[in-house]
Amino acid sequence: MDHWGFILAAYGIAALLLGGYWWRAERRIREAERALREERSR
Amino acid sequence: MGRPLGVVTLLALAVGLGAAFGWAPRDAVQGNVQRIMYLHVPAILTAYAAIGVAFVASLAYLRGRDPRWDRLAHASVEVGVLFTAITLVSGSLWGRPTWGTWWTWDARITTTALLFIIYLGYLLLRSVVEDPERAATYAAVVAIVGALDIPIIHFSVEWWRTLHQPATLLRPQAPTMAAPMVATLLLNLAATLCLYAFLVRRRMRLAVLEAEARARRWR
Repeated sequence: MDHWGFILAAYGIAALLLGGYWWRAERRIREAERALREERSR
Repeated sequence: MGRPLGVVTLLALAVGLGAAFGWAPRDAVQGNVQRIMYLHVPAILTAYAAIGVAFVASLAYLRGRDPRWDRLAHASVEVGVLFTAITLVSGSLWGRPTWGTWWTWDARITTTALLFIIYLGYLLLRSVVEDPERAATYAAVVAIVGALDIPIIHFSVEWWRTLHQPATLLRPQAPTMAAPMVATLLLNLAATLCLYAFLVRRRMRLAVLEAEARARRWR
């Protein structure tokens, strides 16, 4: 009655969703900062 | 502020996970699968907090039209939708071995799914309305009306006969769980709230940069 597969799936999916969201936000921040820096230097 | 909050969040998550898998006792009835609770309950309480923040920020936006309130509401809803999705998925993964089903049209579960759909609609609405001010106004109305679902979710287990168990933490009486379980739950709640604050700050930083880029294009 331990069902470790279900436990791992629950925590794994949560980590993927949250980590993916954070990773994507950081990438978009870096891109936006770079674009703004380039525009300011023009 | 960003980096210290990130460090605190990482530490809080590590302590929370350590407590969930190393300190909290194995449940006598459900066995180890009950450890999904340390993810499921903090996730929905963080989603409640996120929607609550979006509710207040949307009211403030409609009152003063300050775009900073709109950015806070938008970021909070995005992260809130994420935590609601985690609640639904972890609940389903917990339900299958304990109730024998992935899904049931139980009042608590259905109203939680409704919350997810309402705020997904909020994000969709923002992406289809081109004028940022109009998008912010419409979205604020959705955020305010949608938040009415939270008390319905919370009291659904009292108002209707449900398969879902009654409230564990947010109830007038003391929790019926063992003290280490309650402490582990609270540690994980603190960790998910830190993570919420961290993600909202980063999302707001992105929104500021996008607003600046938009303003430059208009010049």
